[in-house]
Amino acid sequence: MALTKTQFGYRRHPDQDRAGANIAEHAIVVVGAGPIGLSLAIDLAQRGQSVVLLDDADRIGEGSRAICFSKRSLEFWDRLGIGQRMVDKGVVWSVGKIFHGEQQLYQFNLLPEEGHKRPAFINLQQFYAEAYLVDRVEELPAIDLRWRNKVTGLEPHNDHVALTIQTPDGPYRLAAQYVVACDGARSSLRQMVGAEFAGQVFEDQFLIADVKMTAAFPTERWFWFDPPFHAGRSALLHKQPDDIWRIDLQLNRFADPAVEKLPENVRPRIARMLGHDKFDFEWISLYKFQCRRMNKFVHGRVIFAGDAAHQVSPFGARGANSGLEDAENLAWKLDRVLRGTSPEALLESYHIERSAAADENIRESTRSTDFMAPNSHQEARLRKAVLSLAKETEFGKRMVNAGRLSTPSIYQTPLSTADGDAWRGGPRPGASMRDAPVVAQGGDPMFLTEAFIRAGTRFTWLAFGNGAAVEVPEGVGAIRIGGEGGFADAAGLAVTRYDAEPGTAYLLRPDGYVAARFRHPTREGLDAALARAAGIN
Amino acid sequence: MALSTASNFAKPDDAFRAIVEAHQGLSDEQSADLDAALVLVLANHIGDIAVLHEAIALAKRRMLDASQQQQQQQQ
Repeated sequence: MALTKTQFGYRRHPDQDRAGANIAEHAIVVVGAGPIGLSLAIDLAQRGQSVVLLDDADRIGEGSRAICFSKRSLEFWDRLGIGQRMVDKGVVWSVGKIFHGEQQLYQFNLLPEEGHKRPAFINLQQFYAEAYLVDRVEELPAIDLRWRNKVTGLEPHNDHVALTIQTPDGPYRLAAQYVVACDGARSSLRQMVGAEFAGQVFEDQFLIADVKMTAAFPTERWFWFDPPFHAGRSALLHKQPDDIWRIDLQLNRFADPAVEKLPENVRPRIARMLGHDKFDFEWISLYKFQCRRMNKFVHGRVIFAGDAAHQVSPFGARGANSGLEDAENLAWKLDRVLRGTSPEALLESYHIERSAAADENIRESTRSTDFMAPNSHQEARLRKAVLSLAKETEFGKRMVNAGRLSTPSIYQTPLSTADGDAWRGGPRPGASMRDAPVVAQGGDPMFLTEAFIRAGTRFTWLAFGNGAAVEVPEGVGAIRIGGEGGFADAAGLAVTRYDAEPGTAYLLRPDGYVAARFRHPTREGLDAALARAAGIN
Repeated sequence: MALSTASNFAKPDDAFRAIVEAHQGLSDEQSADLDAALVLVLANHIGDIAVLHEAIALAKRRMLDASQQQQQQQQ
C-alpha cells in the first residue's frame, strides 16, 4: 500500500461559517465516500453537476473487504476514467473450479468468448479501488469531498433536505435538493428516515483470512465442498494483487467468534489447506450475514444506494458490484431531473429497476448460501445427491451452486419500449449493451464500449449501416457501425452480438442499457422511445 | 406441456417393481439418498420447470390428504 494514499485530512469549509438560517444550499449531497458514493459523485460531476460528498471518517477502511469487481463495474469505471488503473492493478480472472473432497467436479469460464474490452472479473482489494476513486475525485473540481463530516440530523422538506453535520469544529447545517445515502449496511440515514430494513438472518459463520504468500496456484476461483483440510464444510481460495490470497472458510453455527478469530487457531487450519505454513496474515475477519433490502429506495428527496439499500450474502460478488450498478443507474437520472429535462418521476424508475435487481441478487446469493450450508437434513441429502451426480453428469455439475457470479440484471421497466420486430438475439430492451471490437475511421481498433464513451455517455443511437439513416435529435449521441463514415465491424462480432441487419438500430440509455431497438427505425419511433426512456409522458 | 397423469408405461408393474427393487437391501437412510438422486435425475430428464412444479404439487397433495385422514381418525 506504499504508494496509495489512504489517510486524508479534515478541512474547514466556508459552509461551516454561515450563521443561523442562512445555510448553504447544494444540488446534491452524497453521504459516504465508499466505492458507491465515490463512483456516483464522479459520474454526476462528469455530467456537469456539483456534488458535496461527506464521509464520517478521514481514511480508507482497512482490510480487503470486497475483492471481485465485475466486467459491468469495470465498464462503468471506464466511463469514469479509472477502469484501466483498476485493471492494471487487479488480478484478471474468468475461470472457476469446484472441488468435492480431493476431486475436481466442475470448471466454468465466465467469459469464454473473445472481443470484449474487459474481462469477466478482476480481484482488487477494496482499499485500492477506493484510493483510485479518491484520486479521480481530486481531479474534478465539481466534487467537494469533506472528510470527518458526519451527518447527525436530517429534515425533509418539500423542496429540499436540511442536514446537520458534525465535524471536529462542531456542527453545521446545509441544505440539498437531493441527498444520496451511500453510507453502508449500518446506514444512519436509513434510520433517520425511519425505514425498515428487514430480511433473512443466516446463522452460519464464515471466516475470511487474507494471507500473504508466494504461491503458484493459478488465478482462478477455487471452491471446495468438504475438502480434506476442512472436513464437512466449504472453502474458497482466490488471488488478489500483492501476493495476497483470500481464503474463506465456513465455520459451524456455534463456533465462538472470539476464539475462531485468534491467529493461532486460524493458522493450522490454513496450513492444512495450503500444505505449508509459510504465510503471513494481512486480515482476519469472522462474519455472519443477512439478506435484506429497503422497501423503497427513494424516500422523497433522500435516495439510498449500495449496502445502505440492500445487503446480500458475499457468495456471488453481488455486494459492491450491485452498488456500482445502483450508482450508474441513478447518476444520469438525477442529472436530468436537476436539469429539468426529465420529471422527478424518473427517479421512481431507479427504485423499480434497482429494487428488482436487489431481489434477484438476494435470491441468487441466498440459494448459493443454502447450498453451502443446507438448512435441513433433507436439503443436505439433496445436496449430497447433486454433488455425487456431478461426478458423472453434466446436469449435476450445473446444479452445484458454489456462488453464481454477478451479472447485470435485465430491467423490466417502464423506460423500455417493447420490441415490435422479430429478434433472434441481441440485448433486449432493459439489458445492458454488449461489447464488441470495432475499427474507427482511420484504422484505430477499439471497442463498442469505448465508442459509447466517445459518443458522450448519453442517450446514444447505435445504428447498423446501409439502411436508411435516421436523423438523430440534438443531445443524442450516435454510433454507426458499417456504411460510409461508420465504424468497421472487422470481426463481424458487433453484427452478431446485436442480431443486426442493414438498418437495425438500438437506442442506448446514458447508463449503457438498451431502451429500444428497431429493424426499420423511424424518427417518430426514436422520439417516442427517447421520451419514454427519459420518463417523459 | 402439462404434467401427464395418463398411464405412460406399457407395463406399469415393471416400472413400479423396478423402483421397489432398487431399494431392496437398503437402510431407510440409504433409500432416502437413492430417492433424492433419482428425483434429481428424473427432474432433469423432464427438463420443464412448469411440469416439475405440477408434479411437486400433485405429490404434495397426497401428503396433505394423508395428514387430513390422520386428523379425522384421531377425532
